[in-house]
Amino acid sequence: MRLRCRGVRCEVAGRTILSDVDLDVAYGRMLAIVGVNGSGKTTLIRALTGLSRPAAGQVTIGGQNVADLRARRRAALIAYVAQEETPSEDLLVGEMVALGRIPHRPPWALGGRSERRIVLDALAAVGLAEVVDRRCGRLSGGERRRVMLARALAQRSELLVLDEPTNHLDIRHQVQLLRTVRRLGRTVVAAVHDLSLAATCFDEVAVLHAGTVLTVDTPWRALTPDVVRKVYGVPAAHVTDPATGRTHLVLGDGFDPDDPTRKASP
Amino acid sequence: MPFAALLVTLVLATAASAVVSLAFGSEPLRLGGVLDVLGTRLTGSPAPDRIYDTIVWDLRGPRVLMALIVGAGLALAGACMQTLVRNSLADPYLLGVSAGAGVGATAVIVLGVLGGLGVWALSLGALAGALLAAVLVFGVSAAQGGLTPLRLVLTGVVMSAAFSSLSSFLVFFTDDPNATQSVLFWLLGSLSGAAWPQIMPPLLVVVASGAVAMGVHAWLDALGAGADVAAGLGVPVRGLRIGLFALTSVLVGVLVAVSGGIGFVGLVVPHLARLLVGARHRVVLPVAALGGALFMVWVDVVARVLVRPQEIPLGVVTGLVGAPIFLVLLGRRHYTFTGGR
Repeated sequence: MRLRCRGVRCEVAGRTILSDVDLDVAYGRMLAIVGVNGSGKTTLIRALTGLSRPAAGQVTIGGQNVADLRARRRAALIAYVAQEETPSEDLLVGEMVALGRIPHRPPWALGGRSERRIVLDALAAVGLAEVVDRRCGRLSGGERRRVMLARALAQRSELLVLDEPTNHLDIRHQVQLLRTVRRLGRTVVAAVHDLSLAATCFDEVAVLHAGTVLTVDTPWRALTPDVVRKVYGVPAAHVTDPATGRTHLVLGDGFDPDDPTRKASP
Repeated sequence: MPFAALLVTLVLATAASAVVSLAFGSEPLRLGGVLDVLGTRLTGSPAPDRIYDTIVWDLRGPRVLMALIVGAGLALAGACMQTLVRNSLADPYLLGVSAGAGVGATAVIVLGVLGGLGVWALSLGALAGALLAAVLVFGVSAAQGGLTPLRLVLTGVVMSAAFSSLSSFLVFFTDDPNATQSVLFWLLGSLSGAAWPQIMPPLLVVVASGAVAMGVHAWLDALGAGADVAAGLGVPVRGLRIGLFALTSVLVGVLVAVSGGIGFVGLVVPHLARLLVGARHRVVLPVAALGGALFMVWVDVVARVLVRPQEIPLGVVTGLVGAPIFLVLLGRRHYTFTGGR
């Protein structure tokens, strides 16, 4: 299902944080939302999940306004992992992941055999199948993040909305997690801090700046040196690795402006 | 231990304890005589021994039943409260319900209000005070930004202190020295007044509360994992919090009205249940309820026999037993609670 924002304005405690937000994410595409701290990434994410209603405009999924969906229907369509979410320490990992099945059954029902299968699949997808019976309190920080992602995967939703999913993860697990998400083939929107990660692992990047979407495009067209300098106040360049021919985003003052491999824009 | 085995064990232990406990009291009875009375009463045949019949069926029977009901109810209320405020130190009295009941009971004892209601005056005064306190705490929390855990805890603690002061004020200005003693005894909890006509209301409330809580066990699990997680899973967080608040308030109000303020059960028993069967509410709630019932039966036995023929307030017994249990629990390194360290 296609995710679409039209003229979205978001307020927090009566103050406008974002306005005129237009976004389109086609089915199975991955969109990264970047911007400095306080630029409204989380505010936008919450509007996309339907957890907060925009002050103006609409967020729709498959043509349905997410703010008008009934809570359980919404949760079956959209899975959301918040930024500083930690699992209940005394739940087992499998029990924590099984919370993702709540939208799919009434609150008094018990999960059946099929549910166990879904939970194990979700844990396998994040590489944690072997800790299914461990208590969440005994996991490392990175494992906790992956358990929360597994919970969202067990929701089997159309859309996955992740607020800084790679927090607390080392590089290997950052890339692994985003590859996992990619393999699922579902629509993904994620707030991301690491611009290189946004550029290499996502289909599109939306840059938040000055209370609106400055640009939304494929990573290399969105994250131009001009945009990065304007938004982050940091000099940047696209540099092509002569060995692999791949383009990299290089930040800061550390690069040599006369480097022959440096390109203004790919 | 597997959940089913534990459940069966608890049911059998609780039933056996309830029967055996009938033999204990200011007048020790033979267990055989107790079983005779139960047998004749339950089959409807005439009583063989008048004295045994009176003590077992009329005096101790309702008291043991009330202990089961109050113990189960307090443990349920404690488990729900700990989930509502996501705090391992929460007990059923956190939201000022018992302090409010204290004001109501004190007003009845000291000022003689509701005097026309006879034996029901104390219970109804306490219930009115409890519900009034709950409405006040709810109103203040809601007006100041919603039923979030921190807001609820702060409001509850502040209002409890205010209600306690009000009770103290009432006691301070009475000339009747017996009134002070009565208030203190009531505040510490007792089942000595339990009689058959009083069994039904608390029984219904405890059973209904347990059924409602079990009816949303999955939502309670989600709420225990955090409000944002729960909302993302389609749980109506606001409605669930209001429901939990109402449920615990009515439950605790009714229990306090029939038994006074018995401490520690609602705090310790849910922890023990979690230690035994994990954190999911569908196993914690039944285990906590049965455990609370079992615990309270023996607490009441101790209260009856320790300084026979005098009775000790139940709150004294639960505190003396509960405190060591809680310390042992805290000492276990691997024991944690949602959000706790």
